[in-house]
Amino acid sequence: MRELNVSSITDAVASLCIETNHHLDPVTEACIERRYAEEDWPVAKDVLDIIKHNIEIAGEGVFPLCQDTGMACVFIELGQDVHLTGGYLEDAVNEGVRRGYTDGYLRKAIVKDPIRRGNTGDNTPADINVEIVPGDQVKIILAPKGFGSENMSRIRMLPPAAGQEGVEDFVVSVCESAGANPCPPVVVGVGIGGNFHKAPLLAKKALLVPLDQSHPDPYYAEMEDRLLEKINALGIGPQGFGGKTTALKVNILTMPTHIAGMPVAVNINCHVSRHKEVIL
Amino acid sequence: MEYRLTEPFTKEKVSAFRAGDQVLITGTIYTARDAAHQRIVEMIKRGEELPFEIKNSIVYYAGPTPPKPGYPIGSAGPTTSYRMDPYAPVMLDLGQLMMIGKGQRSAEVKDAALRNGAVYAAAIGGAAAVMAQSVKSAEVIAFEDLGAEAVRRLYVEDFPVTIVLDTAGGNLYEEGRAAYLSK
Ligand code: SF4
Repeated sequence: MRELNVSSITDAVASLCIETNHHLDPVTEACIERRYAEEDWPVAKDVLDIIKHNIEIAGEGVFPLCQDTGMACVFIELGQDVHLTGGYLEDAVNEGVRRGYTDGYLRKAIVKDPIRRGNTGDNTPADINVEIVPGDQVKIILAPKGFGSENMSRIRMLPPAAGQEGVEDFVVSVCESAGANPCPPVVVGVGIGGNFHKAPLLAKKALLVPLDQSHPDPYYAEMEDRLLEKINALGIGPQGFGGKTTALKVNILTMPTHIAGMPVAVNINCHVSRHKEVIL
Repeated sequence: MEYRLTEPFTKEKVSAFRAGDQVLITGTIYTARDAAHQRIVEMIKRGEELPFEIKNSIVYYAGPTPPKPGYPIGSAGPTTSYRMDPYAPVMLDLGQLMMIGKGQRSAEVKDAALRNGAVYAAAIGGAAAVMAQSVKSAEVIAFEDLGAEAVRRLYVEDFPVTIVLDTAGGNLYEEGRAAYLSK
């Protein structure tokens, strides 16, 4: 049994909050560069140029990439041979978020009640997801998520008869009705299968997949490419001003489901697609 | 086309802008988003004095990050505008000149903008660090308890926006997409 004090989790979360809000991961940045090179519509190219400039300024460390520094979504893979000491895991994560958002001059965007509102003042509580995995390590992935794109996300409980076509039509329609709202170019996370709980979780996890990776099953890898092509044929373009680059990438995650259903969830992320992991 | 918009801000000046034009704004503008709009509209209904003069005002739908020491503001990009749709017509009927945000608007907002000679412009969503460079000073003038959602008076220089809804009924989101698709 390996012992790990939760204070190291607090420290890691705090620095991840600040880092992710100033630096995109290199794969995401490279993807933006590639889409910029492929874009041939002048208005769209201008917008992508501003987005690239924004990444440069944010990288200097004073101004975050976006003013919506997000809800802190935390995914923890906890090795079953780890014994956490020094406090409760979720408290440690929330303390990290509190510290990161305060020390990093990030925006506090969480309200304590969904209807009666009231800002909590420190961006807690975080969205904390813990999975027990083999081994004696702790992996922490932090993904601040903006709500302009979150609000454009959808789930549909499709009947099995809808088939592949039904899934693709739904994903494309979600992107089309989102239009300019989620700050295109977007990253599209698709979760297929599971149930009303798992499909959105898969979609959200799909947003953590590096943009140069495809689904390991060629059937779904091809679907990802086809969906990207269909979405980029909509003409919405960067910021909705028209153009090719409506989406940077589509990533799909799948799992088994019930004989009676085919849940599909689409989690939209914006070009400020922030996530980073550390292993303790 | 590219324009510069300077004070005094007037309906006459914005009536020249067409959907797709780029406008660099210099002068005083105000931030307000969901909670601030709700409060302002309630104050209007109660006939109370408002935090700023609505007539000929430019309202930026934005909630910036906190400023670091030595800087007037943190990152300051636009938030999605449709959430202000229930409140915007009341403000437009009081003479608000320009809304700045991102994304589609309701039919009611489009009508209210048209009948009042007001315009809707987009700032680049997610280019918040770039937008912040144009903000020279910022001061909370109302609803400090709302934190990021408080109303701020900003002085901006060459603040870049793109006209989406113009006074002739033009709509960049429709026209831009159609132009690309028919290229
Ligand atoms: S959708 Fe993304 S880029 Fe747009 S405002 Fe929200 S976090 Fe920023």
